[in-house]
Amino acid sequence: MKDRSKNTAISGLAHQDMRHESAHLHVTGRADYTDDLREPAGVLHAALGLSKCAHGRITLLDLDPVREAPGVVAVLSAVDIPGPNDISPNGLHDDPIFAEDVVMFWGQPIFAVVAETRDQARRAAALARVEYAALPQALDPIAARDAGMGYVTEPLTLKRGDALAGLANAPRHVSGRLKVGGQDHFYLEGQIAMAVPDAEGVEVFVSTQHPSEVQHMVAHALDLPAHAVVVNVRRMGGGFGGKETQMNLFACVAAIAARKLNRPVKLRPDRDEDMQATGKRHDFVIDYKAGFDDQGRILAVEGDFFARCGFSADLSGPVTDRALFHADNAYYYPDVVLRSHPMRTNTVSNTAFRGFGGPQGVIMAERLIEDIAYATGLDTLEVRKRNLYRNGQLTPYHQQVEDQILPRIFEELEASCDYAARRQAVLDHNAKGGVIRRGIALTPVKFGISFTATWFNQAGALVHIYSDGSIMVNHGGTEMGQGLHTKIAQVVAEAFQVDISRIRVTKTTTEKVPNTSATAASSGTDLNGMAALDACDRIKARLVAFLCEAEGATPDQVEFIPNHIRVKGRDVPFAEAIRRAYMARVQLWSDGFYATPKIHWDRANGTGRPFYYFAYGAACSEVSVDTLTGEYVIERVDVLHDVGRSLNPAIDKGQVEGGFVQGTGWLTSEELWWDQRGQLRTHAPSTYKIPLASDRPKVFNVTLADWSVNAERTIKRSKAVGEPPFMLGISVWEALGHAVASLADYRVAPRLDAPATPEEVLKAVERLRGRA
Amino acid sequence: MTSPIRFLLNDTEISLSEVAPDDTLLDFLRLSRHLTGTKEGCAEGDCGACTVLAGRLHGGVLRYEPVNACIRFLAACHGCHIVTVEHLSRQGELHPVQQAMVDHHGSQCGFCTPGFVMALYGLWMGNPDPSVLEIETALQGNLCRCTGYEPIVKAARAAAQAGGQAMDALALEREAVAAKLAAIPAGADAARDGRRAILPADVDALAQALLDHPEATIIAGATDVGLWVTKFLRPIAPAIFIGHLMKRIDVSSEDIRIGAGVTYSEFSPFVEETMPGLVDYIERIGGWQIRNAGTIGGNIANGSPIGEMPPLLIALGARIVLRRGDARREIALESYFIEYGKQDRQNGEFLESIAIPLPQGARFAGYKVSKRAHADISAVACGICVHEEHGMITEARIAFGGMAGIPKRATAAEAALRGRPFARDSFEAAANAVAGDFQPLSDWRASAEYRQTVAANLIRRFWLEQEGEPVRLSRSVEASA
Repeated sequence: MKDRSKNTAISGLAHQDMRHESAHLHVTGRADYTDDLREPAGVLHAALGLSKCAHGRITLLDLDPVREAPGVVAVLSAVDIPGPNDISPNGLHDDPIFAEDVVMFWGQPIFAVVAETRDQARRAAALARVEYAALPQALDPIAARDAGMGYVTEPLTLKRGDALAGLANAPRHVSGRLKVGGQDHFYLEGQIAMAVPDAEGVEVFVSTQHPSEVQHMVAHALDLPAHAVVVNVRRMGGGFGGKETQMNLFACVAAIAARKLNRPVKLRPDRDEDMQATGKRHDFVIDYKAGFDDQGRILAVEGDFFARCGFSADLSGPVTDRALFHADNAYYYPDVVLRSHPMRTNTVSNTAFRGFGGPQGVIMAERLIEDIAYATGLDTLEVRKRNLYRNGQLTPYHQQVEDQILPRIFEELEASCDYAARRQAVLDHNAKGGVIRRGIALTPVKFGISFTATWFNQAGALVHIYSDGSIMVNHGGTEMGQGLHTKIAQVVAEAFQVDISRIRVTKTTTEKVPNTSATAASSGTDLNGMAALDACDRIKARLVAFLCEAEGATPDQVEFIPNHIRVKGRDVPFAEAIRRAYMARVQLWSDGFYATPKIHWDRANGTGRPFYYFAYGAACSEVSVDTLTGEYVIERVDVLHDVGRSLNPAIDKGQVEGGFVQGTGWLTSEELWWDQRGQLRTHAPSTYKIPLASDRPKVFNVTLADWSVNAERTIKRSKAVGEPPFMLGISVWEALGHAVASLADYRVAPRLDAPATPEEVLKAVERLRGRA
Repeated sequence: MTSPIRFLLNDTEISLSEVAPDDTLLDFLRLSRHLTGTKEGCAEGDCGACTVLAGRLHGGVLRYEPVNACIRFLAACHGCHIVTVEHLSRQGELHPVQQAMVDHHGSQCGFCTPGFVMALYGLWMGNPDPSVLEIETALQGNLCRCTGYEPIVKAARAAAQAGGQAMDALALEREAVAAKLAAIPAGADAARDGRRAILPADVDALAQALLDHPEATIIAGATDVGLWVTKFLRPIAPAIFIGHLMKRIDVSSEDIRIGAGVTYSEFSPFVEETMPGLVDYIERIGGWQIRNAGTIGGNIANGSPIGEMPPLLIALGARIVLRRGDARREIALESYFIEYGKQDRQNGEFLESIAIPLPQGARFAGYKVSKRAHADISAVACGICVHEEHGMITEARIAFGGMAGIPKRATAAEAALRGRPFARDSFEAAANAVAGDFQPLSDWRASAEYRQTVAANLIRRFWLEQEGEPVRLSRSVEASA
């Protein structure tokens, strides 16, 4: 029996509520982001020159006025790149740093100007004279298909059973088209990179989720080996996927300029440039068909997913794959075929964004449920329950579901949010007629955790115990607000049984842990936590061996207890034990490594186990809709979400709340709007509207399923939390549809497209009024 | 003759002779003073990451308000006490607002956090016991992408419970700061590289300065001109700053007369007193920081086709006074807007005041419809004022923004009401008639079809509201119980 009596005396162990490790710095303004770092002497500033044509051949590029502008030191274009003009993250060589002869989207970088001040660089960039001969353009995925634009990357088909026969044999059918909008990340800290050159290479300070990729891209562009490039990131002001590949451009331009001019160069685009020149969440057009029976049971599903990928592949392959992986959400489809169509379009190349295509798949599943419910007259929740996976059933990618907990989540949430009574109250309210209608919906999420590119599921860490007993931890993950460093520190505190104040997690740098994966796919804690724990275990083993030898003890007589190590019943203060080990020449630091077990994926055949486990959750949302304007408010939301055995319930709850509101924004007020020339016109917060405090649910009850324990041996049996709750925002979208459906007495499916802006809602209101 | 721009920055007195009119406070803080706690998130006053407090003497009383440093010109800081996040925790102790944000997990990535802290500090200082609705209203100018806001609202409540306003450093230093600000001359005149920023000491000096420099850019709250600089890099020199002038508000039994320099926030209490139904409308304009900077006069003078205030004011029959030198003329507000981009303002002329008749016995409502409920420019803005006698409509004034190149009256809809019974059919006829009044455009805010439908529906809403039907969404939790 371990003696835990002193546990209460230490703070920061795993499973405790702990504040964010930088909270005190955030609130005082002392948390440095890349733009806040002390600038080295002689720093220069770069600005990008962006195309003003969605697709065209450059017929004139006169940069002389740029060169002659005040303060300008240099102008760079494709010819100034020492290595290849390519930052494609997938080896397809379709992502130039600077466009050469042809521009492929409005906002594509053509050149960069470097000046003494940022203001001078921006003003100079505006002086370029560029003329284009317009080429045919296709902006959206359907236009691209019709124009024969082709795919940016190999499409995927998932199938199980015989969907065509299943559809043919099903007694009832629904089919339709769902348009799902994209989303800008709107990280509050925009893209930024500062490159500092030296004789051997360059050091880059950059706001990135993927330091190793920046390192490789910069090395590639500079024609240097990777060891000549060091990439550092202490923290980001938000990432959400928008800094997984998109900062490569800024890092490379800053590094090229820095090496060429032998001076530090900083590149921080304005928000409008950032939003025009960097990729977003893919918008999709989804054509679906389903066969079902009178009980609302799904029999067969066919889905075609057309995605606006933009001019290049970037991460569109895995993003559109993940849309298919989640097109079942939580439901068993007996016969199914799902096809992705990653369409090339003359728009910015779309990229990773929280959920990574998953949300666009999930929403199709929820649209099917809605359609079936309105067709059968059943409550959508009842249709959901009848179609939930049972353990042992196969997903469309032939992975067996083994850890299903949604029935319990449904049952508990239904009771805690008083679903049945509130749904009846909504129906009663609407039965009275009137302008303000109510809607309610309870929707689930089942989300697969692991990179579907199996080799990314590895991580490294480095743990140092200094001779004074203080501990420095470094790992390959990056901190973007999600609390990763806090959780890692808790894992280390737990391992050594020391106060968290003894531990410092330092900036992520390619100098300490190499070949890291992006901090993405919700996997940061799962991967890096295990790697850090591995490093701790190695050090602990050495300490135990040393203490056994020094004290003549056996390993079972050495125990890590709060802030002490107990050896044969005697408690040695941790720092003292460390000092003794140091004097005895024990290695007090170690690396650690982790590779996720069990997973494999055969993309060509569409079979395997791409996910280590699933994370689950559900939300019930109630809304009020103004049927004269289409405006609405979210009256109440109740969430019950599964994070396994939470490493830090406070931080996990924050992820659930924040993810929910972000997911709601995707489906309500956040609209990307291109004009006919292909210019994105919603490219700043004045025109692109993310949720405000006054858009959050008026009543917001978020609970973690504290009974859940990950069935797999993850770090402390916790589950990933970054992405899954994002999809619970779908409950708001469906509740809006429910309110609208009241206008035709719930006989017609509301079929809202997303985002359900007030305009989209009013359009549905008008459509259903006509069918009342 | 130059006379420096002078202000207090935290505890330091600043005096600058070399200031260009387009120098922003944010760049000054970050680049010149290395005060990097104040962040740039958007450079257009929409995200609030750059929020600082601006303290100014109002009739001898020092009042602090959150403003956006990104579109606050340095010259417009003259006579102010600018307080940044670095000034909040003295001697290493967290301020109650900061402590509450830490305790309630109000920061995740932390980039927006200093801005939230400053907005919440402004709220905490002025309202010791804010309701959740008041907290939301105070945070309309601050975007957070991580938390979903719930913990921030909780932190605001907790900071209120912690109290301590009387012992706050700014409260203790109030008299000393007020004395320092009072000692700063009212006017200033600075330049850098020949680009001149003029702050007239009073309205007469403004009239003269505009006669001398009729080409000058007139800058009040800079909530629009700020973007000309940060987004369009447009030259604005010479510029005449007027945000400190024309602040007078007079309420009589017939009307409210306001100086052109009155901000939304300064106007709001008077609206609450005289036309409480419009408070909701005004609180949908911009965020708190914008309402603290933006002026009613500027909103009129710059001639926006949407013009958040003009549709309301036109419906009320507002008149404006334009002044050139010592000559003044008064015109109906609606006649000021000639066509898109063209207003009835002569060279050297400026908007001095606005007279807004109170609706008295009339039925009046203002409606604003936008993609996001708050801090979003209207898709459609509307003011409706209807006089009814013995069941008949004697006069109707309906004005819309967002429906044409200028804020404009709906004459066909008005005609459909005038002389008709005060009844559903009349309003239905007006709703149908409004389609003939406008040919709106489609853009990213709304399609032409949506604008037309909503314009008609707002007239219907007006009638339903007169009938006592619930037609408004509410953020209040009690209202939905």
